[in-house]
Amino acid sequence: MKKQFFATIVVSAMLALAAGSASAEMKKVKIGTEGAYPPFNSIDPSGKVVGFDIDIANALCKAANFECEFVVQDWDGMIPALQAKKFDAIIAQMSITDERKKVVDFTEKYSKTPAKFMAPKGQKFDFSADGLAGKVLGTQRATIHENFMRDNFPKSDIRVYATQDEANADLAAGRLDLVLADSVALKEGFLKTTDGACCELVGPPYTDPKWFGDGAGIAIRKGEADLVDAFNAAIKKIRDDGTYKKINAQYFDFDVYGEPAM
Amino acid sequence: MDTSVITNNIDRFVSGTLLTLQLTAVSVLLGLCLALLLALARISPRRFLWMPAYAYIFYFRGTPLLVQIFLFYYGIGQYFADHPDIRAYLQDLGLWTYLRNPYPFALLTLSLNTAAYGAEIIRGGILGIPHGEIEAARAYGMSRLLMLRRIILPRAFRIALPAYTNDVVFTFQATSLVSIITLMDLTGIARVLISRSFAAFEIWIFVGAIYCAISYAILYGFQLLEFRWSGHLRDRPGTAAKPAVATTVLVR
Amino acid sequence: MEGFIDLKGYGWTLWAGVAITIEVGICAAIVAVIMGLLGAWGKLSKSPVARTIANTYTVIVRGVPELVLILLCYYGLTILLQRVLSLISGEDVRIDINPFSAGVITIGIIYGAFATEVFRGAFLAVPKGQIEAARAIGMSRILIFRRVLMPQAWRFALPGLGNVWLVLTKATSLMSVIQLSELLRNADVAARAVHMPFTFYFLASLFYLGITILSMLGQQRVEAWANRGVRRA
Repeated sequence: MKKQFFATIVVSAMLALAAGSASAEMKKVKIGTEGAYPPFNSIDPSGKVVGFDIDIANALCKAANFECEFVVQDWDGMIPALQAKKFDAIIAQMSITDERKKVVDFTEKYSKTPAKFMAPKGQKFDFSADGLAGKVLGTQRATIHENFMRDNFPKSDIRVYATQDEANADLAAGRLDLVLADSVALKEGFLKTTDGACCELVGPPYTDPKWFGDGAGIAIRKGEADLVDAFNAAIKKIRDDGTYKKINAQYFDFDVYGEPAM
Repeated sequence: MDTSVITNNIDRFVSGTLLTLQLTAVSVLLGLCLALLLALARISPRRFLWMPAYAYIFYFRGTPLLVQIFLFYYGIGQYFADHPDIRAYLQDLGLWTYLRNPYPFALLTLSLNTAAYGAEIIRGGILGIPHGEIEAARAYGMSRLLMLRRIILPRAFRIALPAYTNDVVFTFQATSLVSIITLMDLTGIARVLISRSFAAFEIWIFVGAIYCAISYAILYGFQLLEFRWSGHLRDRPGTAAKPAVATTVLVR
Repeated sequence: MEGFIDLKGYGWTLWAGVAITIEVGICAAIVAVIMGLLGAWGKLSKSPVARTIANTYTVIVRGVPELVLILLCYYGLTILLQRVLSLISGEDVRIDINPFSAGVITIGIIYGAFATEVFRGAFLAVPKGQIEAARAIGMSRILIFRRVLMPQAWRFALPGLGNVWLVLTKATSLMSVIQLSELLRNADVAARAVHMPFTFYFLASLFYLGITILSMLGQQRVEAWANRGVRRA
């Protein structure tokens, strides 16, 4: 870490088109991920990022012949950090939404799972704006889930957290009535742990593209079409050659890709 | 530079600023009461009084406020999660609807924190009182309590006011940390708006300017107070110039 | 520590965090001292431009919460700087500031403003007559600074700088919001991963307390050493 200090403080002007030049070296791509969204991405005791997103990212990099390096970034600073060029691509279950498309480009989706509410066991709710009036709803800041709740449940008390884990912890502590997040992240990342014994998934699955977009894609800065194309080709390749299926099977007993792309 | 996200959300910035100010005011008041008790305990010759006060002050001044906020909010949250019976008990007392919110925890942590700094400042003020004044009060036959009320505390506050002013500004600025436990103060509002508009630069500059303006308004307000309290120390009433806005904030 | 509390394999990350906290603290303190000297020089300068710059610097830094400054610098300023440089050069400019450097720079700049006041006070505390005397025997300005001003100002500045250091090390905890794996960040990651917030945050607070205690002991020794030649009344 300390050695990096003097090395990286140097301002390096790099041509983004460098990849197009005739160099035979592998293109270096920095990948931003959160490391706090199990089972997709989290940090293990040795300090390494692990999870489905990480394995997929590694497979994509191999397929695209990129030399990849992971950068851990908190969720609400993910897009600003991409714009600040702290990394070149986001692989962190970021949903492809119109709002985000205004500021970044996306590849095709690499997974798609619905959002669901989670509540303490044995409670009934009426999932309408009036039905949840006055209820305390929690989610992660700067997510599609936050946007969805703010737009659809304006009469509820909405609390936003830096990480999904913190929202889950507050649901377990009884401070929240409901948590909205990706159903797989909730189920695999929380409900299957000992602390998850308190709670269960409730209500309908939410997939409305207006808020939830077209699945999770890889976000890339505007104007870097080469990188988008390269990742798209790589997604197709690992889908076709069975790599994706193998990774999928390591984490889930169902297909997280959702319905096939057109 | 796109400022529409600021102009369109002025009402939210106002509500955030109000929460920030409210948190500052309440935690400063609560903190001051606690600081007073702590300072008196700290200067007491009795071991069972000064030792806990010393430990308290040392812990809260020796650790970062951010850690204290995490510790109180999520640490106690873990306790709630592990002991649903405690929750049920608090519910029976009618306290749970209040205690499940982040607000009381933010207030608690900020108050406990500022109390530790305030206690040291007040102690400094008390130690700064010329010994003769206390001897004179004793010679008058004042009781300890009367002496405290009439001589020691008013005098100590006046001596401690400049340092205490700094501490109020620090507490005001420290409230920006409560967004981490989901409160929608000025910083919290900024973070939420940035997450959807991505106008990080514009919003942080604007929010920074609001904090800056209020910080110096607080400093100026306290200096007016200091000016009024020091009336008897000036040569002739009315001749001294009003104080200029101070730019000196000491390190906490 | 692992002996009586099961930290589920995350105990070592706290020690690693302590190391980063101290490293970032020391580097930031160096930046702060440099900024402080520059700031004090600006404030005491005869040039109105230097005075205005130095005053603006301290006014802004002290008026805005650290967290806001950190977020502004980390996300806002990098983007702005890149846009400006790209516009000038016409090329795609990339400024890679990792969290460590960003932390060192922002914390250094923030506490540089406090160090400015410390140094200003220290320089003013050197009796004017001494500087006049030095001038009278024909010393150059640089020589006066090196031989007369600095050796004494250091001593006057030490208690204030010690205070800045104590506050600065605690402020490094704010770097956790920009993903620097310092003590609080690592405690936070561990607390969330194994759902033991109280344990990890409390241990983190004890580590900070330890750093504070060691710093205070160090401060006492340094001050005693610096004042070794001073007669006590």
